[in-house]
Amino acid sequence: MNNAPKQSNRAFFKQLQGYYSWYTGGFFAFLIVLAICEQLGMSRATMGYIFLFATVGLYAGIGIMSRTTDASEYYVAGRRVPALFNGMATGADWMSAASFIGMAGTLYLSGFDGLAFVTGWTGGYCLVAMLLAPYLRKFGQFTIPDFLGERYGGNVVRSIGIFAAILCSFTYVIAQIYGVGLITSRFTGLEFGTGVFVGLAGILVCSFLGGMKAVTWTQVAQYIILIIAYLTPLIWLSVKHTGNPIPQIAYGGALAKVTAREKVLNADPKELEVRAIMKGRADIAVAALKEPDTTFTKEKAGLEANLSSLKAANAPAGQITKAEKVIADYPKDLAGAKSRWAKEKGLAVRAEPIFPHAQPFKGKDQAEKDKSRRNFLGIVFCMMIGTASLPHILVRYYTTPSVREARKSVFWSLFFIFLLYFSAPALAVLAKYDVYHFLVGSQYAALPAWAASWAKIDPTLLSFTDFNGDGIVQLAEIVLGTDIIVLATPEIAGLPYVISGLVAAGGLAAALSTADGLLLTIANALSHDLYYKMVDPSASTARRVTISKGLLLFVALLAAYVTSLKPGNILFLVGAAFSLAASAFFPALVCGVFWKRANKWGAIAGMIAGLGMAMFYMVRTYSFFGGVPANEWFGFSPICAGVFGMPLGMAVLIIVSMMTEPPRREIQEFVEHCRYPNLESDFITKRS
Amino acid sequence: MQLTAKHHEYWNKNLVITAILLSIWFITTFVVGWFSGELNNIVIAGFPLGFYMNAQGSLIIYVGIIWYYQHYMNKLDFEYGVHEGDD
Repeated sequence: MNNAPKQSNRAFFKQLQGYYSWYTGGFFAFLIVLAICEQLGMSRATMGYIFLFATVGLYAGIGIMSRTTDASEYYVAGRRVPALFNGMATGADWMSAASFIGMAGTLYLSGFDGLAFVTGWTGGYCLVAMLLAPYLRKFGQFTIPDFLGERYGGNVVRSIGIFAAILCSFTYVIAQIYGVGLITSRFTGLEFGTGVFVGLAGILVCSFLGGMKAVTWTQVAQYIILIIAYLTPLIWLSVKHTGNPIPQIAYGGALAKVTAREKVLNADPKELEVRAIMKGRADIAVAALKEPDTTFTKEKAGLEANLSSLKAANAPAGQITKAEKVIADYPKDLAGAKSRWAKEKGLAVRAEPIFPHAQPFKGKDQAEKDKSRRNFLGIVFCMMIGTASLPHILVRYYTTPSVREARKSVFWSLFFIFLLYFSAPALAVLAKYDVYHFLVGSQYAALPAWAASWAKIDPTLLSFTDFNGDGIVQLAEIVLGTDIIVLATPEIAGLPYVISGLVAAGGLAAALSTADGLLLTIANALSHDLYYKMVDPSASTARRVTISKGLLLFVALLAAYVTSLKPGNILFLVGAAFSLAASAFFPALVCGVFWKRANKWGAIAGMIAGLGMAMFYMVRTYSFFGGVPANEWFGFSPICAGVFGMPLGMAVLIIVSMMTEPPRREIQEFVEHCRYPNLESDFITKRS
Repeated sequence: MQLTAKHHEYWNKNLVITAILLSIWFITTFVVGWFSGELNNIVIAGFPLGFYMNAQGSLIIYVGIIWYYQHYMNKLDFEYGVHEGDD
């Protein structure tokens, strides 16, 4: 028995525990000081800046303290991250801006059908725990293409791995940097582009100086901030509406009240009136769009004729100015008129009755409901398999001291992720309770304070239009953006502005930590797998680390540039990354461990087929690439591309492997080596 | 090295527990997911069951599955003498 590392690992754990306890205490003290400053009259903008620079400065500080040029420290944090802390780091790595800010809003807007992301982004860890993490840890190298290269032999498999790792990580990182820019600009008033670069500076200082080591310790710090930021306002809101400080249990009662209220609102005459107005305007627009030219000329002529007849009849001045205003507001040309009609046509969606929050599979008829059900399970499938395939998550399990710690670490990862995902459905329902009971029915002249201020700050997040002109807010008159739910919760709960700042800091932590992990994965795939393993195997470790740092800078700037072009919607980017990863990696990784017969040719063919199918499906069906929904198979949406990609990749891998010769004896021994935590003949040492 | 019968037994036990836990995972996720509409007819403490399972129930089961797996395997390592010396 080897006692020395046992002692040092335990001592290290105690030391970390001490650091992070002090850190958490210090963070609370910081919040209290800011709360006092707020009472003394500190302005909101100043507080926004303090939060931004204090937290980014903190992450940078940890980055500077953990700077390193040692390869093992740089790539896998020296393989001594205890299970608990690796779990927190994975949690932060995992939960992106989309989870933190968007999730509760998605659940608010789509009700049951949004839960696909809740189960999909947690259940995948079962696959990580049982199919991959312990075996990858035993293999004990630096990256995912590393494993594929060693297991299947040859640079072709490794190259496909590098390509796929970069493709899905890059798609994902764009969504993160977008989130960073959004949060920074919203809370400090900086411009979006500037916000992106301020955030990027925070990301880079950390991963640039200390690689995985710095990223890991920063991510632990970021996890602590983000979970405090998520739960504090939620608990307050729960106490306010239910009197119970455990929202995850208490929201059952609120859900029942929301369901009852949905029925009342669906039959409310005022609501029906607003919906009828919307439906009418949408119908007119649809008719106009059928014959745009004639309608445009006719409407314009009609308005002008009306004005001249008013003038001729010597109508009161008020009426004439009104008619003149109508003409001035009317679109100048046909294109303007068309875009206006298209917008009006969109009102039809808002005119539909409320779909009950807890009812699954939205759809007008059985066929549509079946399609929703397929898509629900399709998204769950792709997100879960994608979880077990995304390289930036899998590499985290290289950083634990042993196989045993790797297994425990997956448990802690899911536990820490669970704390947030378990709470998001409660937040959505409690927010809905508030909106349905207090916002709906209030006077336009006297809106609740939070609603009035957010509608003024950003109309894309929250806006109202008094369609029927009765001066009272009807549910159908409200438009909510997904991000508003998390951002406005502190104010809905009646908390001081310092908590809103905390939520922004939490969102920033979520986005930065994920971006860090992803950028590192891309840079390492290029420096370690491409340069060191394929171009120059004799390169010194210092040279490899230097190259990795250079690439990191380059990739980060490139990603920021692509982000500034705003390429489409965050949810699609994230979903696409999962589907691509699932199709490319999952079959080759799992068969690599569980099926000795899987060989090089099978892996090459399987990965190309899977990835190719997923990309093909997205290009054919997603509008950004010029695809159309009519090309969908069985009605699966583009982000479900993995539903076809993964099984095809698996089938091709098996068939091609069976048709070609079995792998060499050494490869079979390699598989055995990965399967047992400790074999006497182990040819790669555990602490390599 | 040549694997002993004991090694094969260890691996088989690993496969069995993995298969059992994966079946639980599959049922929780896809079978319960498919029948969510039907399960919603049962309401407990304000929660329709189908909604609750997808929002929270399945998450609890996932955490349980992973906890049990690591507990079982870390014990099995010792029983079959394939555990690591350190940590």
